[in-house]
Amino acid sequence: MTVRSEIVEQFTQVALEQDMQLAPLTDNLELLESGLDSLCFAVVVARLESLLGVDPFSVSEDARFPVTFGEFVKFYEEATR
Amino acid sequence: MKKPHDSPVSLSEALKAAGDLTGCFIADGQARVSLGDLVACSALDGRGDELRGMSVLVMTTDQISAAFTLCELDGVASRLVLCPPDLPQEYLPSVIASAQVDAIVTDRTDFGSDFPAVRYVMPCGRELVPRAGEGSPAQRTEWILLTSGTSGPPKLVVHTLSSLSGAIQRGAAAGERVIWSTFYDIRRYGGLQIFLRAMLTGRSLVLKGQVEPTAAFLGRVGELGVTHISGTPSHWRRALMSSAASLIDPEYIRLSGEIADQTILNQLHSFFPNARIAHAFASTEAGVAFAVNDGAAGFPTSVLDQTADVEMKIENRTLWIRSTRNATCYLNGETQRAIRNAEGFVDTGDMIELRDDRFYFVGREDGVINVGGQKVHPEEVEGVINRHPEVEMSLVRTKKNSIMGALVVADVVLKAASESMERDARKLQQEILQFCRETLSSYKVPSAVYFVPSLAIAESGKLVRRHA
Repeated sequence: MTVRSEIVEQFTQVALEQDMQLAPLTDNLELLESGLDSLCFAVVVARLESLLGVDPFSVSEDARFPVTFGEFVKFYEEATR
Repeated sequence: MKKPHDSPVSLSEALKAAGDLTGCFIADGQARVSLGDLVACSALDGRGDELRGMSVLVMTTDQISAAFTLCELDGVASRLVLCPPDLPQEYLPSVIASAQVDAIVTDRTDFGSDFPAVRYVMPCGRELVPRAGEGSPAQRTEWILLTSGTSGPPKLVVHTLSSLSGAIQRGAAAGERVIWSTFYDIRRYGGLQIFLRAMLTGRSLVLKGQVEPTAAFLGRVGELGVTHISGTPSHWRRALMSSAASLIDPEYIRLSGEIADQTILNQLHSFFPNARIAHAFASTEAGVAFAVNDGAAGFPTSVLDQTADVEMKIENRTLWIRSTRNATCYLNGETQRAIRNAEGFVDTGDMIELRDDRFYFVGREDGVINVGGQKVHPEEVEGVINRHPEVEMSLVRTKKNSIMGALVVADVVLKAASESMERDARKLQQEILQFCRETLSSYKVPSAVYFVPSLAIAESGKLVRRHA
């Protein structure tokens, strides 16, 4: 599984569990428009950490947080490289 | 130390004494009201005085209606009970009984025949009418804040306007342009501090609408020129994940309600290089203790003995606080339970660790999990999980999280019969989670369920909990 497909799966799974309406996950989609709230993001990030072994949010003291879905994927791709 | 007579008798009195209110306002996404009107008008159809001397529960759908009511009834009611927006309805009767509520002020119409039994129900709204002249002299009103209990109903914490406003410098430099805003709800301690800062110093306040998306709120905060804004680290992480964060330009950013880690402090500094960034420690029971301004996580050891008006000590690894900002007591009908020990100190229950001459918060003594500023008592979640027919016992614990500070996870021991059935573990996990979702607020639902063969039990017969 690629990093991207793993991320898509977690977004989808968490939205389903939390009964949230997920927007189509295009690269330009703003994360805050995705339909997930902070708690959902927190769960996605926790699960990705156990699946991919990294949590780029905990180590990025200087890099800006991602704003779009595309940036979110890139954030993880760079961290797993 | 501030003398008691320095503190205003009521919010209205303080606002009237705050000087020139021209151009100052309180606003949410729908309404904008001048502070002058706030003092002169009534959101209760001019009937506020009918509630004189009563214990009043303020239960509104949005923050601004609560703000109107608090300004109008402080100094009139004997007691104001602030009902947070997410209080489960099933706990209302217990809150009403504990605070001996005489009257409910509300804009809610969704109760039907389930409306709790009280002597008076007074509707409030966004329509302001002139207040009916000067009533009787103001009395000092008790302010009751709700905080989560170990299991079930919330605890009622008794404050006064004086204890709540102990950290607020009144008579700040005239002419200094300050517009406050907060991600918090003003019906909880963190948000109430910002509401009172604005009202007691006669400054504008921008409130978040009840269902307003973060991006829209940030847009308004930018448009209205907010200079001072507060929130939890989790609020700020969410804000920084929005392109709308670039619309705001605060001079002062205040974090509280959760441990502020170095990552969020650095992120905020890099995004808002011109803003002063402070992280503060406060709790509903102990009040505001101190703010840290040096941009680093944790706090310097000097804070303990060099904070004006607040005495602090570390005992049994937790932080204890004594000040005039401490709450008076917990309230339960006729009985009052002490918050302070015999020496007048409040045990915050927050555990402290010393590393390289700096103190750091490392968790809660009672195992309470702080999910984005909201408290979760493990026992409450365990109680729900343990009701599942296939669960023998469970242990709910904290898992560090870079978005919300912490998340809830559960270790679950299954009944012997279930174990031997070798049923689909994933399906059972989902079932247990679904069980939790049906009764618990979403932040209390475990983000993961792990099946374990056993849990450690201490000699006392209690589960062994590791909190740090």
